[in-house]
Amino acid sequence: MKTKTPAIPYVVWMAIFVVIPLFLIVVFAFTNFDGHFTLENFSNIDVFLQVFGNSLWLAFIATVICLLIAYPFAYLLAQEGPVFRKIAMLFIMLPMWMNFLLRTYAWMSILENNGFLNQFLGLLGIGPVHLINTDAAVVLGMVYNFLPFMILPIFSVIEKLDNRYIEAAQDLGANRRETFRRVVFPLSLPGVLSGVMMVFIPSISTFAISKLLGGGMSFLLGDLIEMQFLGSAYNPHLGSAISLMMLLLVVIAMLIMNRFGEGEEGAVIM
Amino acid sequence: MSKELIRLHDLCMAFDDELVLDHLNLYIKDSEFLTLLGPSGCGKTTTLRIIGGFATPTSGDVTFDGVRINDVPPHKRQINTVFQKYALFPHLDVFENIAFGLRIAKVSEKEIKERVMEMLSVVSLKGFEHRRVDQLSGGQQQRVAIARALINQPKVLLLDEPLGALDLRLRKDMQNELKSIQQQTGITFIYVTHDQEEALTMSDTVVVMDKGRIQQVGTPEDIYNEPKNAFVADFIGESNILNGIMHQDYVVEFFNRKFKCLDKGFASMEPVDVVIRPEDIEIVPADKGRLVGTVTSVTFKGVHYDTIVDFKGYKWLIQTTDYHEVGEVIGIILNPDDIHIMKKSEYSGLFGDYSSYSAEYDEINDPDFAEEDEEDAEDEN
Repeated sequence: MKTKTPAIPYVVWMAIFVVIPLFLIVVFAFTNFDGHFTLENFSNIDVFLQVFGNSLWLAFIATVICLLIAYPFAYLLAQEGPVFRKIAMLFIMLPMWMNFLLRTYAWMSILENNGFLNQFLGLLGIGPVHLINTDAAVVLGMVYNFLPFMILPIFSVIEKLDNRYIEAAQDLGANRRETFRRVVFPLSLPGVLSGVMMVFIPSISTFAISKLLGGGMSFLLGDLIEMQFLGSAYNPHLGSAISLMMLLLVVIAMLIMNRFGEGEEGAVIM
Repeated sequence: MSKELIRLHDLCMAFDDELVLDHLNLYIKDSEFLTLLGPSGCGKTTTLRIIGGFATPTSGDVTFDGVRINDVPPHKRQINTVFQKYALFPHLDVFENIAFGLRIAKVSEKEIKERVMEMLSVVSLKGFEHRRVDQLSGGQQQRVAIARALINQPKVLLLDEPLGALDLRLRKDMQNELKSIQQQTGITFIYVTHDQEEALTMSDTVVVMDKGRIQQVGTPEDIYNEPKNAFVADFIGESNILNGIMHQDYVVEFFNRKFKCLDKGFASMEPVDVVIRPEDIEIVPADKGRLVGTVTSVTFKGVHYDTIVDFKGYKWLIQTTDYHEVGEVIGIILNPDDIHIMKKSEYSGLFGDYSSYSAEYDEINDPDFAEEDEEDAEDEN
């Protein structure tokens, strides 16, 4: 309120990189190739219902798996000494230093029918297992790529948890399990919420992972949109409409999550 | 009122080779209000944490009702704590904070509601049950913390500087309330504070601690009237402490004069510390005094004047209701019961000289709540 000047760079930034693109998407979504207003792009969207469903479902599964792995991991890590924590964090972040596509390509060659994993299984006498181009492979790719985004926020909340709350719970008769259930977990919910956001949103919109690890089998929203802009079915108007619908889905998901965490100190949405 | 409930036997506690508790021995009676009093870092909070089960002593035993409880975890002790900064659960409202212990104990929903409501009226917080705890004032949070602990009907309640964060007025009110809650419930209170006035006002027994050792245990009157050494005399109230020599029973010499006193049992010609409380000294005209000095400073304190008087280069604090201006030559009279004799100790010569008057007096009155965890205090501000 006092000074308005410092806000200007942000306003400019937001305008160029958020507001204008969003506006263009809206314009494209509600027009046809001739530039006339139309709702056609939306009325035809039900054809892709299965893609929407599939994307939601796989993103949901990936998020749940990330949460199941990340929470115990973050919780146990927070009990360790500071040196161990630092080293563990380094190893969690290490894969992130490599290019996203490179990592996913690596998984491709591991999962292929005559890939690394199947060769190893062959040595054990277990016949080649079909791994690549399945939904499971796509979920694996999502979990592998986005797991750090679940671990980090949960870890930082648990790490900062005031030990006095835990002592107070013990003082009032709570054993370890009760202390966790009634105090530690509820107080770590803000971290869980932001972790869920940070995994769910990229998962629902990914196209590289499904393309590389899912082959033609898992066709997700990201692939669909990409196809409208860069692929064979060139139709930016339909692509924009699908993008808007996806945005709506994400917003709804976020609203539900925020409601779920109501009363917590504002979930960090990045 | 007389049964022994808790005994600390030869407790030692060391953090990284630094001795925090040094062979502490203490017993606590059932239903008493006992205060651990001492400056920052004297080991009082550590003692409390050991009783609560949050710290394990390096050596020595803690017994509760005759049973050794060193290894009993906090949640299995019949002891509840009011923490220094309350530690109320931020994700629960007032009702659920107070009900926490009962829910753990699987008390029926109906009974929980009854007991929480009853507790809310005990701490005068009716109508606040669905408030969030961060919407409460410091005094209200304090009451919730007390209610949350008391509802479990513990045998012992530990209070770690519970009034430290409140303003003076509220502190006085809460002192009275705590004392009356203690008397009504008959629960043993173990109270930690650095505030000597608080300790004297509320306690049945005061334990004065310094450097991890107990300096004196006694009733507030004993501690004030019969301090055992210069540290206690200085920490509890104001004291002029002088070097003296005990000539024989009931006769002490200081400033090259002999005075009658009520103390005995010292060796002949034994060097001693002499304590004279500032409020016990009677000022008379110079020609009628046993000692004669010059007023060097006067400060109005409301009820009395703090008058600093120079006797041959040694400055005394005298509290008087009459005004004596700076430069005036006055005499004083000491009655035998105004003079208290203490054995020499490691604290002799460290306290009780008012030559650097203002600095020392301020330090004593300045409550540094910071205590062991100073970082926490800074966070809050």
